[in-house]
Amino acid sequence: MNTIDITLTVNGEHVAERVEARTTLVDFLREDLSLTGSHVGCEHGVCGACTVRVNGEIVRGCLMLAVQCDGATVETIEGLSDSGEIADLQLAFEQRNALQCGYCTPGIIAAAQELLLQAKKQGVVPSRDAIREHLSGNYCRCTGYHAIVDAVEAVAQARAGGKP
Amino acid sequence: MKITDDSPPVLTALDRPNSYIGRSVPRPNLQRLTQGRGQYVSDVSLPRMAHVAFVRSPHAHARIESIEAEAAKKSSGVIAVVTGAELAKVMTPWVGVLTHLKGLKSAPQYPLAVGVACWQGEAVAAVVARTRAQAEDACELVAVTYEELPAVTDPETALDAKTPVIHAALGDNLCFERKLEVGSPDKAFAESDAVVETTFMFGRHTGVTTEPRAVVADWNAGEQRMTVYHGTQAPHMMQNLFAKHLGLTEAQVRVLTKDVGGSFGIKVHTYADEMATVALSKLLKRPVKFVADRIESFVTDIHARDHRVKARIGVNKDGAITAFEIDDLTGIGPYSVYPRTSGIEANQVVNLVGGPYTCANYRAQAKVVFQNKNVMCQYRAVGHPIAVAVTEGLVELAAAKIGMDPLEIRRRNLIADDAYPCVSAAGLKFEKLSHHESLAHLDSMMNYAGLRAEQKKLREKGIHRGIGFASFIEVTNPSAAFYGVGGAKITSQDGATVKLDAQGSIVVHTGVTEQGQGAEAVVAQCVATSFGVSMDKVRVVTGDTDNTPYGGGTWASRAAGIGGEAAWQAGKALRGNVLAVAGAMLQAKPEELDIRNGIVVDKAKGTERLALDELARVAYFRPDTLPPGFQAELMATRHYVPRGWPFAFTNGIQASYLEVDTDTGFVKLLKHWCVEDCGTIINPQLVDEQIRGGVVQGIGAALFEQCLYDERGQMLNGNMADYLVPMSAEMPDIECGHVVSPTADSELGAKGAGEAGTAGAPACVMNAINDALRPLGAQPLTDMPFTPGKILRALGKV
Repeated sequence: MNTIDITLTVNGEHVAERVEARTTLVDFLREDLSLTGSHVGCEHGVCGACTVRVNGEIVRGCLMLAVQCDGATVETIEGLSDSGEIADLQLAFEQRNALQCGYCTPGIIAAAQELLLQAKKQGVVPSRDAIREHLSGNYCRCTGYHAIVDAVEAVAQARAGGKP
Repeated sequence: MKITDDSPPVLTALDRPNSYIGRSVPRPNLQRLTQGRGQYVSDVSLPRMAHVAFVRSPHAHARIESIEAEAAKKSSGVIAVVTGAELAKVMTPWVGVLTHLKGLKSAPQYPLAVGVACWQGEAVAAVVARTRAQAEDACELVAVTYEELPAVTDPETALDAKTPVIHAALGDNLCFERKLEVGSPDKAFAESDAVVETTFMFGRHTGVTTEPRAVVADWNAGEQRMTVYHGTQAPHMMQNLFAKHLGLTEAQVRVLTKDVGGSFGIKVHTYADEMATVALSKLLKRPVKFVADRIESFVTDIHARDHRVKARIGVNKDGAITAFEIDDLTGIGPYSVYPRTSGIEANQVVNLVGGPYTCANYRAQAKVVFQNKNVMCQYRAVGHPIAVAVTEGLVELAAAKIGMDPLEIRRRNLIADDAYPCVSAAGLKFEKLSHHESLAHLDSMMNYAGLRAEQKKLREKGIHRGIGFASFIEVTNPSAAFYGVGGAKITSQDGATVKLDAQGSIVVHTGVTEQGQGAEAVVAQCVATSFGVSMDKVRVVTGDTDNTPYGGGTWASRAAGIGGEAAWQAGKALRGNVLAVAGAMLQAKPEELDIRNGIVVDKAKGTERLALDELARVAYFRPDTLPPGFQAELMATRHYVPRGWPFAFTNGIQASYLEVDTDTGFVKLLKHWCVEDCGTIINPQLVDEQIRGGVVQGIGAALFEQCLYDERGQMLNGNMADYLVPMSAEMPDIECGHVVSPTADSELGAKGAGEAGTAGAPACVMNAINDALRPLGAQPLTDMPFTPGKILRALGKV
């Protein structure tokens, strides 16, 4: 089996590993680094449970190979949690019960954070429709999405200086 | 954003100081999940753990002539390649029947197919290797020779003489049949002013849990014990089944269930590949892990629905419904699923049709037939979406026929709110329902008159909107009448053990399980309230057959109503025990004391007397200072099972407002409402979120989801690109309202709420589409899912 040495930064830590060329990023994170917060749902790029951030942009961990991340900076839900960057989103999700089984949640929070960063850059507060549109690549079977939209909307307004 | 509490309902016996009953407190266990630090079975890794991948039949029906495994055995990392015949020596087969479903029959099913594969996707051989990738590589090298057999794939012809019989020993392809006749349906139809007749079709669909099924089995040959980490809804049921089919005692099997990535009924059944994984662990004496991939999930997770219902309704000009009649045909897989059987859904349809209405004339027949397709069994709201769509579809077609408003026809036929207790035509016993109050609540919540005016105005501009309704009843809190009486070891009772720890905090062990519904929160709320501490002092432990009281788990909307009541009673019992200790310490009468917010107080004045940590310190470390002969009991267990009623029926009504693009056939959902009565509401937010999630699963059935098979039994869309599920952009906001009719069967009075959304949503989306299209002369749509193509055909545009 073809193996390749890669070095990358994961959640701020330097990582050097030898991986099979076919290993996906999400399998590498889960199996080689034991970062099990990124989940495997469909393995064909539809459900978004494996969403992580690579060089500042969210990607599907099942559609990217670990070897493509040689030299990259990767952030998973564990890293985003520990840095405090998404603490307000996490709190809103918890208070609004915007998660049930929680399997999709790390991916949804990563996607929501991207929307909120984009919106901040553009100086806009995303509407409910815009939130629904942005999260339309993340599958949640439990909530029906309404609570997720509520939570993201509340954080969007709070970050824009409105009432939480 | 509604983070603040809803107004708590007026409560009496439950309204203790610092009560959490009726409050929208956040679930206490969520940070772990928002930080990605849960532990799903997919995440479990054990020393020496091997991975199994399965060689699955590419044919719907085929004789297995030979399995050539030598090349696979030599493949990198492979530990074993095991066939059905070999694994049958480790584990006995099972048959999915229940004695109270008279005549229901099925054939023995093995963990891996033996001799014949009966559906595309059935596992025929297992490859165990050091990694999943190595196991999958080696699966490619297993050469199976098949003789393809004719596949039974059309329920309509499954019982024809010329159709092959799937299991020769059964004699035919009939799994189960039921007939029911009440009143005088023929006479009623003959005397009706109008009769409406149509055929409803319900596509086969499936649960699509975000985490696929997963199991890690660990046979310890030294201990002679099997530990199974299992993503299941019913750990004790699975403990029994693993033990039974491995020839072990239940004491030799421990089932552990931590986080579960969605269940919805998918994870409450016996799956051959999971049983095979457990058997392989015993055979190989090491941990073995199986996680279904998404493609495997589509061809092996239970499918549901797939009903064809010919139905008619009689109605008089004054709106009185005179009779219902249904003929249900449902095509299941080649086996009735063990141990809950594949006959329950059709049985539920017969029970539930016409359920909200006073109509006394009813005829029903249901046939369940075997097919060479994936197995079918209970998925969220079992039978309800079908029964509700048939009933409510007929009611709105009848209303249209006689020119009556759809809410008005319901007002004239729904069982009166003061008529309870009563029995439905099909024999269902209702303790207390609130159809009329719910309808009135919905009417005002959605501003029905305003929406009708808007609809009319937009119609003139060529914008076609529709409003549809669905009244419904839901089976919750099942007693032993559901499964126990049929001989299945699926317990209907549940238990809770509550313990005061040495620092004055509470630990609860409960038999109900958590897959995201909020069962842990509900149990914590009940115990915190009945015992008298704040919720942050309560820790709940679920999903461990070695440690939790024997219980049924979480399914059929039972966790809050049954598990919550057991927890409530256990908390009360422990309060009594703790107050006995306090009485001894304070030389006071225990009945004059109470526990409030973690402090023993005088009941009458509320004066603080003793902190719980101090009480625990004395009871655990200085019991010598307590009166002679006094023994503190700081752990209490209580169980609960509904006895007064076979089921705690709930009721409600939903409405859908949508717009149909008559050029493209696309449906835009604008808003959805649900008013529901689940008795005492323990946590309003959790109830609302159960409803919302359930509604969206019902919308999926109405608009998107269908497992498509060709005539050879090949599933055509077994992936998430081709099998569509509801995503956020297409879903509407969903407004929830409540009526509260507690059950008197328990002190808490809570009924279930997990399936109401899914029960009613397909019907009211269907009715709304037909309401939008009726003035355009379209044939009523009754064939779910309502895809753009079907809508354009109904409009005569394609």
